[in-house]
Order: sequence, then C-alpha cells, then structure tokens
Amino acid sequence: MTVLKTQAELVELRDALVTRAEGVARLVAVCGGTGCRALGSESVFRALESEMANQGIGDQVTLKMTGCPGFCEKGPLVVIRPDGLFYQGVRAEDVPELVAKTLVEGEIVESLLYTDAETGERIAYERQIPFYAKQRPQLLGMNSRLDPTSITDYISLGGYAALSKALSEMSPEDVIEEVTKAGLRGRGGAGFPTGQKWRITRNAPGDVKYIICNADEGDPGAFMDRAMVEGNPHRLLEGLIIGGYAIGATRGFVYVRAEYPLAAKHLGMAIDQAREYGLLGRDILGSGFDFDIGIVLGAGAFVCGEETALMASIEGRTGEPRPRPPYPSESGLWGKPTNINNVKTWANIPIIIEGGADRYAQIGTERSKGTKIFSVVGKINNTGLVEVPIGTTLRELVFDVGGGIPGGKQFKAVQIGGPSGGCIPREHLDTPIDYETLTELGAMMGSGGMVVVDEDTCMVEFARYFMDFVQQESCGKCVPCRLGTRAMLEVLTRITQGQGREGDVEYLLELGGQIKQSSLCGLGQTAPNPVLSTIRYFRDEYEAHILDRCCPSHACKPLIHYSIDVEKCTGCGRCLRKCPAEAISGAKKEPHVIDREKCIKCGTCLELCKFDAVVVE
Amino acid sequence: MISLTIDGHKVEALEGSSILEAAREHGIEIPTLCFHEALEPYGSCRLCVVELETPRGPRLVASCVYPAEEGAMVETNSEKVQASRRMTAELLLAAAPHAKAIQELTVRMGVQEPRVSLSDNDCILCGLCVRACKEIVGAMAISLVNRGFSKEVSPPFETGSNSCVGCTTCVFICPTGAIKLEDVLGNRSVHRWESDFDVRACKLCGDHFLGPEVSTDLEKALTEE
Repeated sequence: MTVLKTQAELVELRDALVTRAEGVARLVAVCGGTGCRALGSESVFRALESEMANQGIGDQVTLKMTGCPGFCEKGPLVVIRPDGLFYQGVRAEDVPELVAKTLVEGEIVESLLYTDAETGERIAYERQIPFYAKQRPQLLGMNSRLDPTSITDYISLGGYAALSKALSEMSPEDVIEEVTKAGLRGRGGAGFPTGQKWRITRNAPGDVKYIICNADEGDPGAFMDRAMVEGNPHRLLEGLIIGGYAIGATRGFVYVRAEYPLAAKHLGMAIDQAREYGLLGRDILGSGFDFDIGIVLGAGAFVCGEETALMASIEGRTGEPRPRPPYPSESGLWGKPTNINNVKTWANIPIIIEGGADRYAQIGTERSKGTKIFSVVGKINNTGLVEVPIGTTLRELVFDVGGGIPGGKQFKAVQIGGPSGGCIPREHLDTPIDYETLTELGAMMGSGGMVVVDEDTCMVEFARYFMDFVQQESCGKCVPCRLGTRAMLEVLTRITQGQGREGDVEYLLELGGQIKQSSLCGLGQTAPNPVLSTIRYFRDEYEAHILDRCCPSHACKPLIHYSIDVEKCTGCGRCLRKCPAEAISGAKKEPHVIDREKCIKCGTCLELCKFDAVVVE
Repeated sequence: MISLTIDGHKVEALEGSSILEAAREHGIEIPTLCFHEALEPYGSCRLCVVELETPRGPRLVASCVYPAEEGAMVETNSEKVQASRRMTAELLLAAAPHAKAIQELTVRMGVQEPRVSLSDNDCILCGLCVRACKEIVGAMAISLVNRGFSKEVSPPFETGSNSCVGCTTCVFICPTGAIKLEDVLGNRSVHRWESDFDVRACKLCGDHFLGPEVSTDLEKALTEE
C-alpha cells in the first residue's frame, strides 16, 4: 500500500485491482448485515470458507462477507455473482450441498431458491425476483458486491473516482452548483435542497467550518442508514470528503448511535484505511485540500437526531435542542458554521459528481430527484430495504415490491416517517411518494421508515404506541412537548382502555395542533402527527372506542370479550385444558362456557379451537 | 438600531435584543415563566410565544429567544397566541396543580380545570435554579437530568453536592416555591439537593448567615481577587 498522491495513481491502482480480479470468475457474497448475522450468516460464511477449501476451489471463487442487499425477510442471503444466483434462508448445514452442486458442478440447489408467494414458482436469479424488479438500487446496489472492510474493493468498483474528479477538475463552487442542479434534497426527512444548504454554510463568515453526518437513526422500524454505513462506509466517506471540499470545512464528524456497533466498527476501519491511502488527512490526492473525519457515538437519545441536540451531544453537553436562529449554518458546532446532512444525502454525492447532475435528475419527480430508500416492515410479506425512484406509488411499494400482506389479511394503512410521520390509508395507495404529497396527506417523508398495518391493527392503539415513544424520547425541555405529549398519551390510553370521554377526540386535535405550533424543536413539532393523521383517516375507530366502548379491530383487550358459540362447540376440551386462567368450564362433549370474570383475554382458546367456536366481540 | 412592528406599533430595538426585550422596552407586556433578566434566555416554558410574520406565513416563536429582526411584524396577543398560552398554562396546571404561581397564571389566562391530570410536582422545570447556580453563582451544583416526563433538577448522582455553597439563590429564584430552605438551630438545609450547612443567626435581625467554613472560603476567594 502506498499513499495515493495524484488522480493518476488512483486510476493506476484501480486498473491493477480490476486486472487482478479478472482471474477469479465467481463471487460468493454472503450478507453480513446485522439482520442476516442475527439469522446466522456468520456461521454460513465460516462453513463456506472451510467447505471451499475442502473441495479445493478456494482459488477459483472469491468469498466475501458483504453489506446488506435488502431482502432481510429471507436471510441469511447468499448471492453468487456475476449471474446473480440468489439463495435465501441458507443455513450452515446447507453449505456442503451448495458448494458441491453449485460451485463445483454448476447446478442450482432448488431448495434454497426463493419461492414466489403468489405463483408458488421458484425463482433462481435476483433480477427476476419481484422484490428487486421495481427497485433502482443506486445507493444500495454496491452493498452486495463489496466487502465493506476493504478499501480496495471499493476502489476496484470505481470508488473515490468522484472525489478525485471533484478535487482535480472542479472548484468548490462547481461542486455546489452540480449538487444544486441535481435537485438533491435532504434525505433526513425535511427535504431541504442540499446544494442550497451547502452554499449557505460555504458563504457563512468564518475560517473554521464543520460538516456532520447524522447517523443517529432512531425511528422505530427504520434501518436504512445502518445498512448504508455497515455495508458501504467508503461511499459515505467519499460523500463527506467531497462535501468538506465544497463547503470549505476541514473537519467532519459522523454521529452514529451506539446501538449500531457494526456500523461504527466498519466506519472506523474505513476511516483508518482512507487515511492510509491518503484519501483523508493532509493534501488529499495531492490537491492541497486537508480534511479529516471523526466518529462520535450517540448515547441512546432519540432527540439527538435533531441537529442542535446532536451538536450539543458532540460538544459533550446534554442532548437538548436549542432554539434557532442562529441556524447551524451560521453558528453550529462550537459556534462555527456547520453543515449537517443525513447518511443517505452524503452517500448520494459521489453518484451526482461521478455521473453528473443531469443524469442524476433523470430519476424522480419534478420537485424531488433521485431514489429513496425505505425500510418496509410490519404486516408485510417482504420485510426489508427497498430503494425506488422518488415518485413510486405506495401501491407499487406495498404490493409489488413488498409482496402484499401476509395471511390474506386486508391492508389498512402504512405509517411513513416514523413517530414524526403519519399514516396513509388504502384510498391514497396510488399517491406517488415525494416530500410534498406526503406532507399534504398528513404524513412525512422522514427518514424512510415504513410500517405497514393490516385489518387486525387498532389505529388508536397504533397512535398510542408512537405517542408513548415520543413522550419517552422528548428531551423534556419545553412544556408543550414534555407535558403535551404526556397528556396526549394519557388520553389515548384511557380511550384504549374503554374509559374514553366524549370530547376526547376534539381535545386530542386541539392539543396536537398546539404542540405542533409551539414546541421548541422538530421532535415536538411533529410528535402529534401519528395521532392527528389516524384521527383524520380513522376517526370512526376512535369514536367506536369512546361511544360504543368497542374496538373494531378486536385489539384493545379491555374492550373485547371472548365467548363460545354453543352451536359450534363440540366439547372437545382442548381450550378447557389449556386455559391459563381456568376460566373455561363444561362437561365432555357438551358446549363449554367462558367465565368473563376469570378470563384474561390471552387468546389461547381462540388459537386452539379447531371448530371456530371461540368468538371475540 | 433595528426597527420592527409590534402589535401595530413601530418600535426601535438595540441590535442583538430579543423580541421580548424589544417589547418590554416599549411597555408591551408578554407573560414569562422561565425568563429572568439576569440569565441567558432558555426558551422552555413557551408562555412568551408571539406570532411572527414569515415568508411562509405567520408562526409562533418564543419571544425570549427569538432575535428582533429588521422589519419584523409581531403580534403579541393575537387569538392564536392566546390559545397557545392557554394550552401551555393548562398543561402546567395539570402537572403542578398546587403551585401558587401556576394557579394564579391559569386564573389570569382564564383556564379552568385541566382536562388531564399529569402529576403533582411544584417543580415546573423552568431551569431558573440551574442557570442561576451556573451563571450567577458559578457553582454548577445542580443540573437538569433525565429525559421527557422523568426530567428533573438534581445534584450530580442524586446525592449531596460538594459544589453547593449554600447561597440559596436557587431558593429565591424558583417561581413556584418548589425549593425549600430551612434554617433551624444553627443548621441550614436545602432538602431538595441534600445540602446541609452550619449557620449562625444574626444577633440584630435574626436572619441566618453562613457559618465559619464557608465564610473562610468566601473570604479567601475575595482576597484572591
């Protein structure tokens, strides 16, 4: 390894790496993302390593533990390239067959293939799987091709070419102009034009400037930033270095939540490697530009994803937001002009610089360009990360990419933007997703967390869950957020417990409106959204709880009752034996009865009954 | 000087002053709880919200922390402002129903029974004690700890702080009387912080003053300066 001193040396290194890789025909990529690791991909990797050595094919095949290709539902994933043969749910005991059949004999192991839920057909190749068919993986695509702990892997795939182009062919103003022209908007959720933000910070008076990457991803159900940092940390670094050059910063910070240890580890390795190769530090690629990056670990506060709280946390103070103005671009970290962007925003930069703004702007809608990664979770068949052009409709996302709702249940709504966002019901499924359309519908693009709910989910309880989350995560500084969210939680709790009062819905609307208007920071200003949007679209559910004392989804325990249909009950005794509360009685072959006083509404009888005799009302 | 319009009146303000300062300078009253002239503004109680005209329409801002800007159009008592203050006052009453200052405030705002009951704690977390201890006394014996509804004022590790000098500034600045001072038989206690000091009573007026240890420290500090 040598320090790269010019653009030419980078090109030379890449060519050498590409030539060396040409000798090895196939790549076996085992997903090393946190999701697949939890499902055992590390043991699969080790098994592959030893089995390949045993069979003597270690030198013909490259084995890599890569980043996440997105299809978390089906992990551990093994993809064999260049064909893109896609094996899912691979366990260590499948490895000998996989190696013997596929790697040695070139045959497909049928049992490891993806089976389409609708057609029952087995699909062999990644590109043919419906989950991938509508995706445009600009940001995630490289994840399953490289080892995130290897800078040479990244360079051999064209990495750092954008940086070298920016440093040698473009002035900082050119870079900002290109980003502005591309129409990139902040991927943290608010959608502020990135180029404009950079220009403000660049033009702010001051010799010392900072840039920050916000990787404090904390929305329930969101994990795309984790996958990006874990799976391709050099892409993020490259974006940051280009940004530092454009803005005139000499130092950058990546604020990673401590709950993402693998992301922090990979990023730390990437920073060390970039320094070794002269891509970070003094005189980067001989351009005279000095820049370095440090990692700061978050200590577990959701509010530290808010930019002013995040900066307070980096400075070593309590993670409490402060009022703006002054904005970070004028007075940010340690009082210096600071530019904060989200992981995905930074990671888009090398793509824009390398391919040019015009090419980048071809994807997306009129007002929002590029792709957006969503983490699709909840009541959906294909849980995972999805990268689609902005403007894709919700229906395409949920039903084509997401594979629809499991168990033949009905789709009810999708919560977009986590606890700051709102729910979008069935009637708006054909809305193309961009920043403005979502805001008009009472939701928010947010970081891209998407929680799908089906007919069994009670929307009042759902709103209560998010309210419970934000009231716990509120920093507690300002009254509307600290006490207002708590008050909303109290009201929602009493509604779900069957103690709702007339006027509660109006009170929630009034409180929500006031909290949005008068809270200090973005957390409070968006905290009521889940409640307001569920009232907007599912007010009848709220009213059923309050006026009729019933939960239409049969989810709120205090509002439901179990009973046995005497016509259907055969008196088999299955429920009677298993009832943990001993609430069921009845003679053999005679209809049984549930004692409502004793019943704890656990649902065991409902699950056990083979005759559908248990009724929930 | 900066000129701005508050409640329809054109007023002048010093550069760098807040909307609240500009308004008060001209006799326009804005209610506050967490604000104190001697301390850095904090912007937490949100009682001082005013309506500010912006290019994206009118919005509420906390006047104690929002800078008075050239040409700004501000309404300090619009219907929107009053509704916001009433809600804030109602929430404070729901959390501190026995604090006299809050009771008086809600009466002034025309708020009756709060529609929820949240807690019964006189401390409203305005942070005045913490800021006074830091900015005026320089002791930094107490701070705001925890998050959300569990937030509270506490000495480090919730145990008596060595940094407390027994000055009782916190006691006097607290708007709700949540911090109690007890001078009994030569002993001064601020129970909330587990602070205990020996004190003597003044032979003339009967008020207590700090005992020998602290007075020596104080004397030393004063001579050093």
